[in-house]
Amino acid sequence: MNFLEINNVSKSYGSKKVLNDISIKVPQQSIYGLLGPNGAGKTTLIRILNQITMPDTGQVLLNGHPLTPNDIANIGYLPEERGLYKKMKVGEQAIYLAQLKGMSKKEADKRLRQWFVKFGIASWWDKKVEELSKGMQQKVQFIVTVIHEPKLLIFDEPFSGFDPINVNLLKNEILELRDKGATILFSTHNMSSVEELCDNIMLINKGEKILEGSVYDIKQRFKSHSYDVVYKPFDGSEETKLTVSSTNPNELIREILEKGELVSFNEILPSMNEIFINLVSSSNQ
Amino acid sequence: MKIGIIIEREYLTRVKKRSFLLITFLAPIFFAALMFLPALLMTQAEKFDEKKTIAVVDESTMFIGKIDDTDFNTFIYVDYSIDNAKNLVKDGVYDGVLYIPATTLNVPTNAEIYSEKQIPMSVTSHIRSSMKNVVERQKMLASGIDPEIVKASATSINVQTIRMSEKDGEQKSFGEFEFILGLFLALVIYFVIFIFGSQVMRGVIEEKTNRIIEVIVSSVKPFELMMGKIIGIALVGLTQFLLWGVLTLALSGVASAFLPTQDVFSAGSVMNQPIAEMGVQPADTGALTEVFEVINSINFSDILWCFILYFIGGYFLYSAMFAAIGAAVDNETDTQQFVTPISLLLVIPMVSSSVIAAAPDSSFALWMSMIPFTSPVGMMLRIPFGVPIWQVVVSVAILFITFIVFTWLASKVYRTGILMYGKKVSWKEIFKWIKY
Repeated sequence: MNFLEINNVSKSYGSKKVLNDISIKVPQQSIYGLLGPNGAGKTTLIRILNQITMPDTGQVLLNGHPLTPNDIANIGYLPEERGLYKKMKVGEQAIYLAQLKGMSKKEADKRLRQWFVKFGIASWWDKKVEELSKGMQQKVQFIVTVIHEPKLLIFDEPFSGFDPINVNLLKNEILELRDKGATILFSTHNMSSVEELCDNIMLINKGEKILEGSVYDIKQRFKSHSYDVVYKPFDGSEETKLTVSSTNPNELIREILEKGELVSFNEILPSMNEIFINLVSSSNQ
Repeated sequence: MKIGIIIEREYLTRVKKRSFLLITFLAPIFFAALMFLPALLMTQAEKFDEKKTIAVVDESTMFIGKIDDTDFNTFIYVDYSIDNAKNLVKDGVYDGVLYIPATTLNVPTNAEIYSEKQIPMSVTSHIRSSMKNVVERQKMLASGIDPEIVKASATSINVQTIRMSEKDGEQKSFGEFEFILGLFLALVIYFVIFIFGSQVMRGVIEEKTNRIIEVIVSSVKPFELMMGKIIGIALVGLTQFLLWGVLTLALSGVASAFLPTQDVFSAGSVMNQPIAEMGVQPADTGALTEVFEVINSINFSDILWCFILYFIGGYFLYSAMFAAIGAAVDNETDTQQFVTPISLLLVIPMVSSSVIAAAPDSSFALWMSMIPFTSPVGMMLRIPFGVPIWQVVVSVAILFITFIVFTWLASKVYRTGILMYGKKVSWKEIFKWIKY
């Protein structure tokens, strides 16, 4: 069951085509990575999902039905460029933003206080936003994004501005949200977090989809059939380490077993980072 | 309705600001001070002014006992020679000496006052009129005329200008006062439109530079956000007016309790005194009562309603444009190229205020009060002179229709602009956004 479906969406600004016939399917309770270089059209696509802009053609289906204004309450969006009112108190502001997502004041207050305790920031409730560091503000923004328990979460570069400890905290939160039933669309340039978190990805460049699939499948598709081999020769010399290309790993292992004792045998899979760079630069040519 | 939540935030964050409270409470003190300072100064001056004692050396003996004491001056008739009297002034026994030399041929018409300090004009005019009465009476008696008859036949002629209008029948017209009132109203509406309109603009810029805008427009429509801000700030303005009104009245009440002159609006009674002292004929003191007559003849509640209607209409029209400007630029320093031409629209009736007031029924004045960009100021200038009701209705209708159209246009610019960063925006670009 696909929770989110984007069918043949195109969008132009003037004569510039920002999105060209983009289609994706995001299964329920999965994390979907939206990848692409700057200016690829990711933000436009996300804005279409948030109904900030309308597509010229194409359709977005949420849970099987076309997007309606009421779906705003079902979507949580953490934009890449994000901010808060500097002069407003943290708690007041969080309640305000939760109310705009359709929550009652009382319910928002109750749930927000629980989240503030969970993130260890309960003491900031009455502080003004301008007194907080950037990383602290990001925590508040994350809470505000998820507070109304949306079924679709859209995170645009959620880890920017966080230290490694908080990145970890956030990753665990994101995984927990998925396990509780949320479907997550995740846009980032941080490829290691893509490998860690995403079930499926799409790569777009200049408004065109150039790659789509599960992280596992994609890695398999782009692998170079190379293996890292470590073995201990029978003649008693030192452990030998080599990288071999082969289309037949069984044959390769057999050859090694004749020469010595096999210590380790690993297939070299390309990192998402490599795949990203190769595909984008070749599609730019 | 989410717009209600937005209005609430826009309203409360501004009303809770220290600067709002400060202006709200200081301005009435300032207004009250403006109203009371002259009255206060006058009464204080009287208090500190000791009674002056003036010796009268009347060689003609005609005026002995004829110059009455006033609140500030006592006249003592002495037998000294003028030189002795002068010495007594030097010694500080008297504050001054009035010397009326004897005349042989004619009735005396000259007098001299010697003093160390300047003698106020009110004293000399009191003396002059007292002496004049005595001499005139003397002359009448000498010619066998009964002064009582002359007194009885004295008539003051009052010519009033009365304008005919269909609305209220006949009304007295008083040009200057109405001009001042109109100018005051026009200035106030001009400033509040700009003060609150630019608050809208700054609010939009704040949201844009803060980058909170993208979070908010994923929850509400840009139009709702824009309207919520405009309405919220309008309510701040109306709250401020209301508090100013209430506080000014309250302060006036308190202040008048501390002043010997009983009520605020009879501040004229304070002014009456020096006028009477100056010996102005009773007919002339009518000038002051006339001012109060004018004040009474003006329908202040009609003016107040017009003011509020034009404030709302003008504010919405201009703040919609200001919101669009705020959305189009990246920071406040870039706003000038757009704000200047727009503010000029409202400046036109302001600079031509004297032309409008000189002929409030001219076609120029009519146009100024009909064109929606100028009508808030233009109509305020005309309104104290009395404007036919149909003109007010038409003008307000045009204003409100225009503000609806402009809010719609502005929302298109706003919608595109708020999510656009790092682009130097030109007028051409803005018109392109309207067409999207």
